[in-house]
Amino acid sequence: MTRFFNTNAFRLAALYFALFAASVLTLFAFFYLSTADFIERQIEATVGAEIRGLQEQYEQLGLDGLVALVRERSLNERVDNMIYVMTDPFVHEIAGNLSGWPRRTTSVKPGWITFPFKVHARNGTEIHTALGTQLILGGDRLLVARDLHDATAFRQRVLSTIAWAALISLGLGVIGGLLMTRQMLRRVESVANTTRHIIHGDLAQRIPLTGSGDEFDQLGGNLNAMLDQIERLMVGMRQVTDNIAHDLRTPLSRLRSRLEVSLLEKPNTARYAEVLRETIAEADQLLGTFNALLSIAEAEAGSRRDTATTVDLATIARNVAELYEPVADDKGLTLALAVPETLPVRGDRHLLSQAIANLLDNALKYTPTGTVSLSVEREGDAARIEVTDTGPGIPPDRREVVFDRFVRLEGSRSTPGNGLGLSLVRAVAMLHGGTVRLEDNNPGLKAIFTLPATSAVQVEPVRASDARPAA
Amino acid sequence: MVAAMKLLVIEDDREAAAYIAKGLAESGYVVDQAFEGRDGLFMASSGGYDALIVDRMLPGMDGLSLIAALRAAEVRTPVLILSALGAVDDRVKGLRAGSDDYLVKPFAFAELLARIEALLRRGPQLQATTKLKVGNLELDLLTRTVTRQGRAIDLLPREFSLLEFLMRHAGQVVTRTMLLESVWDYHFDPQTNVIDVHISRLRQKLDKGFAHPMLQTVRGAGYRLSGEQP
Repeated sequence: MTRFFNTNAFRLAALYFALFAASVLTLFAFFYLSTADFIERQIEATVGAEIRGLQEQYEQLGLDGLVALVRERSLNERVDNMIYVMTDPFVHEIAGNLSGWPRRTTSVKPGWITFPFKVHARNGTEIHTALGTQLILGGDRLLVARDLHDATAFRQRVLSTIAWAALISLGLGVIGGLLMTRQMLRRVESVANTTRHIIHGDLAQRIPLTGSGDEFDQLGGNLNAMLDQIERLMVGMRQVTDNIAHDLRTPLSRLRSRLEVSLLEKPNTARYAEVLRETIAEADQLLGTFNALLSIAEAEAGSRRDTATTVDLATIARNVAELYEPVADDKGLTLALAVPETLPVRGDRHLLSQAIANLLDNALKYTPTGTVSLSVEREGDAARIEVTDTGPGIPPDRREVVFDRFVRLEGSRSTPGNGLGLSLVRAVAMLHGGTVRLEDNNPGLKAIFTLPATSAVQVEPVRASDARPAA
Repeated sequence: MVAAMKLLVIEDDREAAAYIAKGLAESGYVVDQAFEGRDGLFMASSGGYDALIVDRMLPGMDGLSLIAALRAAEVRTPVLILSALGAVDDRVKGLRAGSDDYLVKPFAFAELLARIEALLRRGPQLQATTKLKVGNLELDLLTRTVTRQGRAIDLLPREFSLLEFLMRHAGQVVTRTMLLESVWDYHFDPQTNVIDVHISRLRQKLDKGFAHPMLQTVRGAGYRLSGEQP
């Protein structure tokens, strides 16, 4: 439970409650003051009016007239609870409905006093309080007051009502705050639990979502996506380590044993030179694999994202096609090119060149006869690069696997290559926020690489240049 | 080598430095070594070297600062950077610091040798030439025409650039990587040996019908264009 008090959720709830309580109390205090005073002010007004009236009467009728008037007013049982006391200079009561001048008076504000007095009620005598003011007429004094009993009762009533209301709202506030905190805590708790499991090695755990799409769900969703990515990277890493172990260890051990065996042979300079040349060639191949792995890692890490500028994909494609055109020609293949005048994209010229080169390289490598085509076109907000061939193609269930590192299909092991070309293409696609997939070209293979095109300020008509055989 | 060229290798890995120095000495260069940045800078600014080979990461003073300091002191000796950092922006940073070439580790010694040779020969060819001449082969940069023994050779634009580069480095070994970097401005390894195909095309146009082939393949290294009879 102490943990509970240390949580942000609790602090938030407490803050919320404090603000809520402050506003409730202020509201009620304001209400109380304005209503409770209202009745007292009314009594003051009534008493004031009465005493002003009596003063006028005194000025017109003189002291005797006033005494008569007060006597007359004091005679009946008064429903308005008015109290009159008139005394002579020796404080002897001349007229009034109170037995003598009140002894214990308290002044409330200038001219106003309160005093206790006895009231004969049905069940005995009660002490009430009255509020009044006096008129000094030479030596005589007239006190006019009114019973505060009703006002006090009203004030009590208001006070208790407010107290209850405040108590109930504050109680609701506390319960609401606690529930809110608990609810929030539980959501955070589930995230914390999941991450704890993951820290302890269970990377398959995911944060449960409520499906409401609120902030917590969004957070959970983001974290889950992040975990997916991490898991993918970890699996990829493990696989890469395994593959590197295999793909680098095999040639390394071959290299080593070749050197060892030649040392065992009878010393022969010509033979040594040959072995050394073979060894260097093998080392070069190893370095090539190593460099390709590094390029992929670099593209995957997105370390070149900051070097992305606006480049012309059409020019890039034309240049790569030009690089490979003699290769196609040598193999007796047709390299068809369909590229618009320009197609601006945001990206890295080197990586995009390499990705297209790898796709073309593959297509040319695996196509014995026919046509290899490279086309680039704008497709809505995307740029689409397509490389097709008329080779043997790849069976549908293997079209995803070939993007993994070091994957080389049966039958392709005799051709040169390290099984990293398509991995790099995919890494480049992902780095550019694009995709790459393989489809059937009927016959052959079709590789489709898409990436976001820059929204050209003016919509320029993209003119697809005529597909021309390159040779 | 008419007069031995003097090179300075600034590399903190002593084994690598020794291997580079030995290889360069075998190729006829006089080689000095420095194993630390400040020593290297001191030697480079006073020693009268023809070219410097500088490792990028050095104790004392890193390679890029060293080059910047040299250039600030008006020392124009050509510099080749050796670096384990091979990304394009690393390369750009290196060249911007004032180096003339950039070689990523690990490298083939033939590659290093070819590049140093290219650096050393660069100096006098800098003045604006409009005509290149190697043996009986002539290339006109203005009219973009090529003739051999007066016979016109028809080249595609890229073949022209390729030949231009080879002629500017006539007599030197030029590696595939150098060609890919300089003629195509690509810094990756195409899996298929595309450069070989381009070269063999150029060779066909260049040497067809002539007894003496000018464009030779140097085994394990690259190509050489030479006018003299071997």
